[in-house]
Amino acid sequence: MTSKFKNALLIGASSGIGAALARCLAEDGTRVALVARREDQLEDVRRGITTAWGQDRARVYRTDVTDFDQAPALFQKIDEEMEGLDLVIYCAGVMTEGPEDEYDFAKDKLVVEVNLLGGMAWLDQAATRFEAKRSGAIVGIGSVAGDRGRRAYPNYHAAKAGFATYLESLRNRLSRHGVQVTTIKPGPIATPMTEGMGKQPLMRSAEEAAQKIHRAITKGKMTAYVPGIWFPIMFVIRSIPSILFRRMGI
Amino acid sequence: MNLEEIEVALGRTRSKVEGWGMSTHSESVVRFPESVEDLKELFAAARKDGISVAFRGTGCSYGDASLNDRSLLIDLTRFNKIKSLDPATGVLVAESGVTLEQNWRQSVTQGYWPPVVSGTMYPTLGGLLSMNVHGKNNWKHGTIGEHVQSFRMLTIDGEELSCSPEENGEIFHAAIGGFGMLGCFTEVTLKLKKIYSGNIEVTAVGIRNLGHMIAWMDQHREDFDYLVGWIDCFTAGKSLGRGELHAARYVKEGADPDPKGTMRLSYQDLPSHIMGVFPKAWMWRFMKPIVNDFGMRALNAVKYHSSCRKQTRGAGHLQAHAAFNFLLDYVPDWKKAYLPGGLIQYQSFVPAEKARETHGHLIQLCHRSNLIPYLGVYKRHKPDPFLLTHAVDGFSFAMDFKVTAQNRGQLWDLCHRMDEVVLEAGGRFYFAKDATLESENAHRIWPAEDLQKFARLKQDLDPQALLQTNLSRRLFPEFQTQPSLVASEEG
Ligand SMILES: Cc1cc2nc3c(=O)[nH]c(=O)nc-3n(C[C@H](O)[C@H](O)[C@H](O)COP(=O)(O)OP(=O)(O)OC[C@H]3O[C@@H](n4cnc5c(N)ncnc54)[C@H](O)[C@@H]3O)c2cc1C
Ligand SMILES: NC(=O)c1ccc[n+]([C@@H]2O[C@H](COP(=O)([O-])OP(=O)(O)OC[C@H]3O[C@@H](n4cnc5c(N)ncnc54)[C@H](OP(=O)(O)O)[C@@H]3O)[C@@H](O)[C@H]2O)c1
Repeated sequence: MTSKFKNALLIGASSGIGAALARCLAEDGTRVALVARREDQLEDVRRGITTAWGQDRARVYRTDVTDFDQAPALFQKIDEEMEGLDLVIYCAGVMTEGPEDEYDFAKDKLVVEVNLLGGMAWLDQAATRFEAKRSGAIVGIGSVAGDRGRRAYPNYHAAKAGFATYLESLRNRLSRHGVQVTTIKPGPIATPMTEGMGKQPLMRSAEEAAQKIHRAITKGKMTAYVPGIWFPIMFVIRSIPSILFRRMGI
Repeated sequence: MNLEEIEVALGRTRSKVEGWGMSTHSESVVRFPESVEDLKELFAAARKDGISVAFRGTGCSYGDASLNDRSLLIDLTRFNKIKSLDPATGVLVAESGVTLEQNWRQSVTQGYWPPVVSGTMYPTLGGLLSMNVHGKNNWKHGTIGEHVQSFRMLTIDGEELSCSPEENGEIFHAAIGGFGMLGCFTEVTLKLKKIYSGNIEVTAVGIRNLGHMIAWMDQHREDFDYLVGWIDCFTAGKSLGRGELHAARYVKEGADPDPKGTMRLSYQDLPSHIMGVFPKAWMWRFMKPIVNDFGMRALNAVKYHSSCRKQTRGAGHLQAHAAFNFLLDYVPDWKKAYLPGGLIQYQSFVPAEKARETHGHLIQLCHRSNLIPYLGVYKRHKPDPFLLTHAVDGFSFAMDFKVTAQNRGQLWDLCHRMDEVVLEAGGRFYFAKDATLESENAHRIWPAEDLQKFARLKQDLDPQALLQTNLSRRLFPEFQTQPSLVASEEG
């Protein structure tokens, strides 16, 4: 076993980045608990991992992260069944489609609930325990979309920005207790979420993204853009004054 | 009878015949029947003089499965008429010497593709049934035998049997995968797969190591129709078993805007020039100088890094069925780059849960012996109802080794060491590829009662034990013993 982590929990592990990241961790020797809504999909991910690395390497748990009340008890159960988690990764996320002149609160609410509030519900649980244990790592999958409010997805940009800020606060609270908090900001990644969008600039596969995320977590990074080229790009984009940005049509 | 006497008896001179891998050779009198009558005549002559007989399709078995040294070899490639293809059902009726190439060329324009194909389009239906071949879709669509509705088989006694899962079911399930030991397939009725486009949609994934390959395949096996992995066998440590994976699915009805166009032969045909300039027929000559450890290590590394760069990011790409399935035929005669010693392929089938450990161990053994396969191919399988099946609920790993006069002994030793590891894991081997297995180990693959059942059927259908190949003599010497002779000797 070469991994820094023994037992990891991934929320949003039934497809895309979460599923690929679970495979990376399992490959390194980490046992993984996989959480999401679609049981069939979770089962597929589990089967892949256990066929390759043994029955003990993965377990699945079904939940909807917008059922916020379920989080504490389920977290407790997973923590016990996995015999103590030391890594918790929140990768659940949704993006909703709509024209630029649409303002649909139902969609806004869903996006904030899955991308931000669900994250708080689950990572608060992790933070409480890790602070007490004075060890552990918490990871949130944000997005480059959280760095700037573009025209396209107001709810998604807001939720990801909120999530990044929440993670920063957690880090400021927890690092003095020996707990690692990592914010991951991927650019466009080819996953079911982006399926209908066609080719995007600098798009990477979920496998490539997962490998880079895994490396960032293992190295204990605070924030990591995936792939790294987004760091300078977003640095420039963040520095564009609002007055110009709004005229750029992006 | 010795070869000289057989030459006289059959009025033909001997020829040199080799296994596809060019590492095993034999001398045989070769005959080319064109009808069942021709076959019956040859069988009568064989019975009369006690001449041993083997069948051969296009000789695509890597080792000695379609050789019969110093005796009679019946080549069925002129027994090659397609009798019918029903456009409504996709049921093909054909003589056993019809090749996969003839099959798909005839059927693709009508919207049908062979349900299971090997990595080359040249094998005959008879050869495919005898070995019960699998494709890159084995775990999902089974072996070729599972798509055979019926066949006719001529026994060495001259009786033509009709077999299907219902009629002569026991013979049906033993002759398919029965490596030519029970009789000669004459006619095959095969159900083809309906396709709605000449293309399939292919996703390419860069693979870090063997565990990643297995996990990816098993996670996505419901989502795709074909899965095949390429492995760079030169790397060790964390990258042991790195490579590339291609996953493909049939295009759904209505999704191809021009199905007639993509199902045209001109669309399916493999290009005759590489990059539009070099005639492909020359390619193997350019490959020859790099088919050595140094060149192949570099080539594998370049291929790996380029496959990582070019992996699918977004929707998969479309590729013609022929191009996807018969990649190995792109470079005609590529095997000649392995001359003068030729090549062997070592393919082992291992239960899923033991695959990573076992196949990883095989690569390590290769490294320790300093005999590295130049090509590795990984596939997913499932069990099937045929008596001597090679498939398991697991994965197969095919490794191509260059054979030289110097390494031959060492290579065979390595294969024997690998046999032990595979058999310990409950694994199996495949006669279409095998060149090195020993008799004792061949008997460890299947339960004794299955082998006895097969031997009993062979005694019934071939009482003089005339149907033999180099492979059957190497692995199952007991099949060559006439029960009547044993009984009288014992008596
Ligand atoms: C490049 C390459 C790729 C390949 N890829 C695959 C693959 O992906 N999957 C796979 O399963 N195999 C694969 N093979 C192996 C190949 O499909 C089998 O060896 C197949 O049996 C070859 O058919 P053939 O007509 O050349 O038969 P031969 O090699 O000539 O004969 C094979 C066996 O069939 C018997 N036989 C032939 N005709 C008859 C008949 N009419 N009646 C009774 N017995 C008969 C012979 O006695 C012999 O035992 C590959 C081979 C090559 C060279
Ligand atoms: N793809 C990109 O370009 C990109 C870029 C930047 C950031 N990201 C972020 O990366 C993360 C992973 O997304 P992805 O691209 O891998 O997409 P994905 O394949 O759609 O994965 C999303 C995951 O979230 C889970 N999920 C969604 N709603 C849920 C709910 N209500 N309850 C429980 N689980 C829920 C999904 O599982 P179920 O549907 O089974 O519940 C799935 O496992 C997301 O946070 C996304 O915002 C993606």
